Amino acid sequence: MSGHDFSQTIYGKSRPGRHDYGISSQPADAPRDIPSEYLRSGRIGLPEVSEPQVMRHYIGLSTKNHHVDKDLFPLGSCTMKYNPKVNEDVAAMSGFAGLHPEQNDADAQGALRVMFGLERELAAISGMDAVSVQPAAGAQGEMLGLLLARAYFADRGETRHRVLVPDSAHGTNPASATVCGFETQTFRSGKDGRVDLDVLKGVLDNDVAVLMLTVPNTLGLFEKNIGEIVDMVHRAGALCYMDGANMNALMGQARPGDFGFDMMHFNLHKTFSTPHGGGGPGSGPVAVKSHLEPFLPTPRVVEANGALRLEYNRPQSVGALHSFYGNFGIYLRAYTYIMRLGSDGIRCASSTAILNANYLASRIVSKYPIPYGQRCMHEFVATGEPLKKYGVRTLDVAKRLLDHGFYAPTVYFPLTVPEALMVEPTETESRETLDRFADALLAIAHEAETSPDVLHSAPTETPVRRLDETTANRSPVVTVPAA
Amino acid sequence: MDFKNIRFTKEHEWVRVEGDEATIGITDFAAGELGDIVYVELPKVGAAVKATQSMGTIEAVKTVADLFAPVSGSVSAVNPELEQHPDLVNQDPFGNGWFVRVTLRDRKEFDALMDHAAYQSMIGK
Amino acid sequence: MPYTYHTDEDRAAMLAALGVTSEEELLDVIPEKFRLRTLLPIEKGKTEPETLRAMGAMSRTNRPAAHLVSYLGGGIYDHTVPSVVKNLTGRPEFATAYTPYQPEASQGTLQVIFEFQTHISRLTRLPVANASMYDGATALAEACLMAAKITHRDVLLVPYALNPRYLRVLKAYVSGQKIEIRTLGASDAGDIDAAALTKELNETVAAVVVQTPNYFGALERPWEFEAEVHAAGALLVASVDPISLSLLRPPGEYGADIAVGECQPLGNDIAYGGPLVGFMACKQEYIRQMPGRIVSATYDVEGREAFVLTLQTREQHIRREKATSNICTNQGLLATRATIYVSLLGEGGFTELGRVCHQRASKLAAAIAACDGYSLRYRAPFFREFVVACPTDAQAVVDAARREGILAGIPLERYYGASARNLLLVAVTEKNQDEDAEKFCAVLKRAALVKVG
Repeated sequence: MSGHDFSQTIYGKSRPGRHDYGISSQPADAPRDIPSEYLRSGRIGLPEVSEPQVMRHYIGLSTKNHHVDKDLFPLGSCTMKYNPKVNEDVAAMSGFAGLHPEQNDADAQGALRVMFGLERELAAISGMDAVSVQPAAGAQGEMLGLLLARAYFADRGETRHRVLVPDSAHGTNPASATVCGFETQTFRSGKDGRVDLDVLKGVLDNDVAVLMLTVPNTLGLFEKNIGEIVDMVHRAGALCYMDGANMNALMGQARPGDFGFDMMHFNLHKTFSTPHGGGGPGSGPVAVKSHLEPFLPTPRVVEANGALRLEYNRPQSVGALHSFYGNFGIYLRAYTYIMRLGSDGIRCASSTAILNANYLASRIVSKYPIPYGQRCMHEFVATGEPLKKYGVRTLDVAKRLLDHGFYAPTVYFPLTVPEALMVEPTETESRETLDRFADALLAIAHEAETSPDVLHSAPTETPVRRLDETTANRSPVVTVPAA
Repeated sequence: MDFKNIRFTKEHEWVRVEGDEATIGITDFAAGELGDIVYVELPKVGAAVKATQSMGTIEAVKTVADLFAPVSGSVSAVNPELEQHPDLVNQDPFGNGWFVRVTLRDRKEFDALMDHAAYQSMIGK
Repeated sequence: MPYTYHTDEDRAAMLAALGVTSEEELLDVIPEKFRLRTLLPIEKGKTEPETLRAMGAMSRTNRPAAHLVSYLGGGIYDHTVPSVVKNLTGRPEFATAYTPYQPEASQGTLQVIFEFQTHISRLTRLPVANASMYDGATALAEACLMAAKITHRDVLLVPYALNPRYLRVLKAYVSGQKIEIRTLGASDAGDIDAAALTKELNETVAAVVVQTPNYFGALERPWEFEAEVHAAGALLVASVDPISLSLLRPPGEYGADIAVGECQPLGNDIAYGGPLVGFMACKQEYIRQMPGRIVSATYDVEGREAFVLTLQTREQHIRREKATSNICTNQGLLATRATIYVSLLGEGGFTELGRVCHQRASKLAAAIAACDGYSLRYRAPFFREFVVACPTDAQAVVDAARREGILAGIPLERYYGASARNLLLVAVTEKNQDEDAEKFCAVLKRAALVKVG
């Protein structure tokens, strides 16, 4: 048996008969008009705790988290920028939070205005013709893009089976291809970490439906030949999809629509400052050129005579990916953020993000080489390879950073860099914070040379130390077992 | 350990043949590179497997590898211990950590595989 | 500029350290023809007070259910969100943390997910649950894809009374694969027609979907056909309202292989239908086919109990095109709210909640059925939602009620066409008071008279 006692979970704190939160001051009887065959017998097995216990329990848990409001969260490709608090106040307004999705369009004009306005703004930022905010996350945006491609080719009487992704792609790209019934073909990146035009030429043919490309790529590099890449793909009759996870480098500086992309997704929980919530919710709006617009999911928000309404009648639509209209509460936060920044603030955010990444790279490159060159966009990928000779791995560096009060960068990704450390500081960090983080990384490199055991046993300052992940994987214990 | 009757693949599987039955596992080198093996997914007894094609998966905590068939044939046995004790692959890769037995269709496929010396040189030992 | 904090001196020093003279220079890698040299056609930035004023004005152009008397349901239910839930999940420690990939610095999030999994497991009586899905609809779609992979079959049988919005999502999710969806007719009672099920069940069926309560609010009897489904080699997938599990038989007890549902009613705002949060639970033997993140208990090197993401080799960041799903970001913060909600209500509060909802729904249904011309459409028992047959177009009733500040329900014509013109779907939560019911009935009676007149 597992031997866990779970005394520190909410279940461990339960005492039979402790009942605090009441629903109604009138007595509620067991249902009389539902035959007993439909009814549950016996207890559910939920905990019985008081309100102060609940508060203390979850406050206690909250203190065991690292979070952006505590300190730097330099996860590459995750854009952990500061989450403005005004966004939360707007999302909590009862006019928005208290709106039911089945209400009449006339009663939801403000909400529709936010969706409509956000779609217009994202179209402007991407240089695309139309946007659907519906996808609930980036991966669902990818899925939508591939369903659009499927519908587009079907409409033209073509069947294409393959999706191309470079070896530096996010794992969601090939996984989304599979969900949409495509085969993934991974091609290797060139020596400079970018798409090698000859390699691309070698894999392109009339069976390819879509090239999925992250720009800037996961190494933080801009695809210098992006115009040629897109042209080659189009000449093969295929479509170009941009994974917009790294849009924080581009917004206000250049537009994927101008590069020639047919479609892309945004991550509102990255680029547009909405909080990550310990894993979600996010939002993954998809922007497309006009030739893909007829296939967008329904409902669409349309304007007629100054009023907005939800339009379902789109015969070529791929259907729906969400029960209702997607993660509306996230649109409110992103819309508020864009309102705060404005056109000039958007430009300043991306250029500052790039400045911060380059500055941080320059501070640590002496100990952590950057295989594909130091000049980067909003993030860079360094390697912990030189520390290997001291018996220290990138994982040890990551764990030691936790002792310094920082979160670790993304590690061991992309797969094209050994011992990878993928660092994205974002524009909301001050120079002092960047310097503190760089100093910590340099101090860790020094420790690797002088006392590597300190790194092997890190972290020591966190609520728990390194975990037995092997047993958790061999025999997972995923619930408090019922008594 | 006597490796005289054992052959190896580029994908780090080993094969030992007795009569027309081939026993297949992965090398100590491969097990070490993967780290703690937490789960293996094996073909069913009776399944047909084809040389160089995937016939199962080997999972560590944060990586997963295909188990390739070194030879073609039909699966005559799978190691029943691995479901509960995947750690046997790490502890005794050439012995109790074997994966499957296959009834050989073509002995030549076996003969064409690397011998121990060639394998050692491939992994740079 | 908002949310960037360098002084001019900082910027100058940083640029000097890089050996460049301007931030523009760092963007030189973008070919000139693609550089945007003008500002985007977006307004100039606003201060926080200006933003609050503008967004406040926009919010007031809505007429939200929260300010009215509402009987809207259809999968989204307006329950009271306890102050404790709002207070705790507003905390940045939960809200501004990332996916817990570094477990030593993420024990708060990890333990919350573990408790969420336990709550879901107790409610459904299935041993395994994941960390959340986007919503109830995608959870169902993922369950169906999972069933197709497990059984290597490609037909899904879904009930006529499946939430039509779930059906739309299911269709889109399977559209890229060779999977066929067949609809089972409804019996006159409003539940699945057992004869239709028997007729459609064969060796091609991957899963039989049952939703209970179904979209019409009617309760199903999956235990009557569970053996038949399994004998045919198909999986039984149950889509359930977690609040209903306070009173109703849990899916694990009637042999469901996978249970899914929508956790919005557990402490989350209705928020114009999003963000929502789906759950998924399953039998132990299917844990490796499950999509999404899963947390396991374990120990640290000093023997302290701790929590960690497990079975990550199922997921896209490791298994890529062979992953069980493409899901990455999920609905963590909403699952956190659901966790705290269930912990706070606990055994007693949760049971009371179910009883109160049901009792008020029963009372309202009886009161409506006593109004001239109105009746209940289906005779199957219901939990907290039911279909009313109106003496006139349901849309006309809805329009009349709306003028008096009451959201009467969902006209089923919206989803089921002209044959459902007079049908109205009415939902009740603990927020609906008995005195509102009197006013509602008065409105219904007047709406009926308008038609007659």
